[in-house]
Amino acid sequence: MNDMTPITTTLKDWETDQEVRWCPGCGDYAILKAVQRTLPQLGCDPKNTVFVSGIGCSSRFPYYIESYGFHTIHGRAPAVATGIKLANPALDIWLVTGDGDGLSIGGNHMMHVLRRNVNMQIMLFNNEIYGLTKGQASPTSREGTRSPSTPLGSYDHPAKPAAFALGSGARFVARGFDVSKKLPEVLIAAHAHNGAAFIEIFQNCIVYNKDVFDDFAAPKGAEDRQLWLEDGQPMLFADGTKGLALDTVNLALTVVDVVDGDWQAAGVVVHDVRNRSLAHMLVEMPFGPFPMALGVLYDHPRPTFEDAVVAERAQASEGKQPDLAKLLATGQTWTVDGTAADPV
Amino acid sequence: MATAATAPQDGISDTPEAVVVRFAGDSGDGMQLTGGQFTLSTALAGNDLATFPDFPAEIRAPTGTLFGVSAFQINFGSREINTAGDAPDVLVAMNPAALKVNISALKPGGLVIADTGAFTKRNLDKAHYDSNPLEDGSLAKFDLLAFDISEKTIEAVKPYGLGNKDALRSKNMWTLGLALWLFDRDRAPIHEWLKQKFRRNPDIADANIAALDAGHAYGETAELSGPIKQLHMPPVLSEPGLYRTVTGAEAVSLGLVAGAQLAKLPMFFGGYPITPASAILHHLARLKEFGVTTFQAEDEIAAICAAIGASYAGSLGVTSSSGPGIALKTEAMGLAIMTELPLVIVNSQRGGPSTGLPTKTEQSDLYQAVYGRNGDAPMPVIAARSPSDSFECAIEACRIAVQYMTPVMLLTDGYIANAAEPWKVPDPETFAPFPVSFADADSLGLAGEGEVDAAGAGSKGDASQAVVQPYARDEKGARPWIRPGTPGLMHRIGGIEKAQGTGHIDYSPDNHQAMTDARRDKVLGVDRPDQEIALGEPGGTLAVVGWGSTYGPILQAVRRSIAKGRKVAHIHVRHIWPLPANLGELLRGFDHVLVPEMNTGQFKTVLRDQYLIDARPLTKTSGQPFQIAELEAAIGKYFDGIEGNEGGEVPANDQQLPNTGILA
Repeated sequence: MNDMTPITTTLKDWETDQEVRWCPGCGDYAILKAVQRTLPQLGCDPKNTVFVSGIGCSSRFPYYIESYGFHTIHGRAPAVATGIKLANPALDIWLVTGDGDGLSIGGNHMMHVLRRNVNMQIMLFNNEIYGLTKGQASPTSREGTRSPSTPLGSYDHPAKPAAFALGSGARFVARGFDVSKKLPEVLIAAHAHNGAAFIEIFQNCIVYNKDVFDDFAAPKGAEDRQLWLEDGQPMLFADGTKGLALDTVNLALTVVDVVDGDWQAAGVVVHDVRNRSLAHMLVEMPFGPFPMALGVLYDHPRPTFEDAVVAERAQASEGKQPDLAKLLATGQTWTVDGTAADPV
Repeated sequence: MATAATAPQDGISDTPEAVVVRFAGDSGDGMQLTGGQFTLSTALAGNDLATFPDFPAEIRAPTGTLFGVSAFQINFGSREINTAGDAPDVLVAMNPAALKVNISALKPGGLVIADTGAFTKRNLDKAHYDSNPLEDGSLAKFDLLAFDISEKTIEAVKPYGLGNKDALRSKNMWTLGLALWLFDRDRAPIHEWLKQKFRRNPDIADANIAALDAGHAYGETAELSGPIKQLHMPPVLSEPGLYRTVTGAEAVSLGLVAGAQLAKLPMFFGGYPITPASAILHHLARLKEFGVTTFQAEDEIAAICAAIGASYAGSLGVTSSSGPGIALKTEAMGLAIMTELPLVIVNSQRGGPSTGLPTKTEQSDLYQAVYGRNGDAPMPVIAARSPSDSFECAIEACRIAVQYMTPVMLLTDGYIANAAEPWKVPDPETFAPFPVSFADADSLGLAGEGEVDAAGAGSKGDASQAVVQPYARDEKGARPWIRPGTPGLMHRIGGIEKAQGTGHIDYSPDNHQAMTDARRDKVLGVDRPDQEIALGEPGGTLAVVGWGSTYGPILQAVRRSIAKGRKVAHIHVRHIWPLPANLGELLRGFDHVLVPEMNTGQFKTVLRDQYLIDARPLTKTSGQPFQIAELEAAIGKYFDGIEGNEGGEVPANDQQLPNTGILA
């Protein structure tokens, strides 16, 4: 097995000699820097780290990280990554995908890697558009999105990545956005989670879907529109003047005013990352009437797929010698002697 | 073989060289089990054999219906057997539907054994019989042995206190007992097998043994008059050694395990359920102690992609499917070709296109295997000719995959996957190992300080820093296999075109030309043996060229034709791509080339394309294997003095297994 001792690296150690080919101003640059800044903090070793991606703008990511990298085919990165992890569970796997790659053509694989709980960090860059193919509506595009393939506006209902992940059985669901200073914290939490950790990263496509997340991601007024969740802390935003409480009649979250910081009096719910019901409410919470829930929405580990595979193989092999000659002669056999007249 | 020119043609009263027996009954009658045990006893008696199991696509077809008929054919003899036999000498029919579906296949004068207890009005109606064929004289041209097997079975198992329904489940064992008597077989191994199978339920074991013994005793003591008498088939003179029976699916699985061991690699098998390929997944799932990881993926695409990921991480990646599933894997095969990772893809072909004939056999995926990918995507293809040959072919596929860093497709088919034949158990000591050595900084010349690689000149930063060259090539054209986790060799690969050497993204015209050429040349240079002639002499009138499971019938047809003095040779090709280096020259030495295939002429096209020779197709696409007689007749057309009647299409044969299709 690989030596997994944490090692000391710097941001520079994670940069490749490849020219980065994203459009100037693309949110991917900020995510790349956040990842390169986070990897040294985690003590990651480039030789034991594998970045696996599918197809799309986001999937160029592995070329820019000085580790092992596999740029696979459209939508299939979760399946390739599963094979890598099963062949060598000691490898630290980061999966990079987008809304089209991960939820459209690769939606099936995304569902299964999450429900199997293969230990890896899954970063889904959600820009609500197909960028690399020049701007068609994606499965997360909002209704009415005008694009070359939907010139009169799209009419299919968008998928919600975090809700999809939770519904697929994910045990870690988090959100961040490209230029957020808190993105490394989210990545660190995802890495600490033993199992499939799903991170939806809102990413600004400067060419085809510019500033589509400004409603909550723009710095001005951000505190009113972003709810950064922290385990064990009340769900407060707008500088502590507002919070989320439980509407027990409708079994839903509701925004309440907090007077003089007395969040208990306002009935504000304390975030519990292990509470799956709460997570379901958070991922379904519509932005607009509610703030955008960011940070770790859900984090409740259970045994991983690769551990089960390794344990089963060990159990099935216990006390058995892999004797090929014996295996070939399995079942009912007979011998033919020189004359073949007398089968035994 | 009873149909051979030298063998008697009138039933089985004289001792023929070979006999064909077909067990047919309802899906619930246990015919496959009966056939399997009869096969075992045949093997233990030292006869050579080949089998053809034919079962309905429906899991539990309604009882007594024509489409619910399940059959098992075995051809066995005192000489080498290569096919499951053309027409049966003996038909065991457990109900009217089984008789109806199979009777037309029986040789004139052949023996019908029928269970009168199952020929009820209701069952006759279900089989669309207006009158009882056992009584209305319609079977006059056959020998008929009809009696109430159901009743005799119930009687035999009475002491074990089973209800009628349970008792009747032993009917197949009673019938097997009779068959064992008919061919002078030892019952002891079947007793042992029953005890083992029902070890948790000794009463059931005893009841089945009683039924088996009763069937045997019936043959021995009852007044079986007429042509029915016991036949002892002397053992075939086979090479001394240890033998077992093996199906193609078993042999592929064992060959893959052996191949992984010879490469000194753990094996990762990604699969998704599909007929008839699932059996390989089932076999390998039980062999974990051999370093085998099996992964039942969410779909065919994930199965191959996970195998590719595992190969990337240093395992021998393997995936397996059948035509429609292989189609789904196509894009990922391109990824394995492009990233140059080893991978074995087993295709158990079935009738197509689309869902086609899931349980029937065909060889129609050859174009798909050789040509069926986007871009110039060369991939070695090899084809197994029989169940036991699948073992060697699987090892060969593993060898090529790891030595050339390439995916390899191994073609079998539904017939090979399911059929059983005796197999001389090979000694692993005799296998040539091909251990893999993964690249490290030393092997790539990157270990020393300050070593400069030419390709490093263009890289960013310190010019003295040597550059990892994952796409450098050895003398075979293969790139190094670098596992993640290897210190100092971090690099990126992908499906996008890569620069020679460094593997960096590179779309430049010169580079794509060079990489396309390199991928092609690597595959064309795969080390493979020269083509040999299976039977006959070079330079005759006709070469009959086959591949895959047509081996047996072609060999027998050519043997018979040679015996008639015809200048025919059988050439059987294992390496479909690249073709053996001498094949073109060999074929040009014949006046004519005939290519029998269970498709519309796919290998014929490849041969024409590669050698510009006038290869003629002989095609059969009825989901049925070729019969020897059909091939012999086709060969004869090259010697009948009539111009222009050669080759063509062999029509569907409603007297041949599998024939359930014509009833639909």
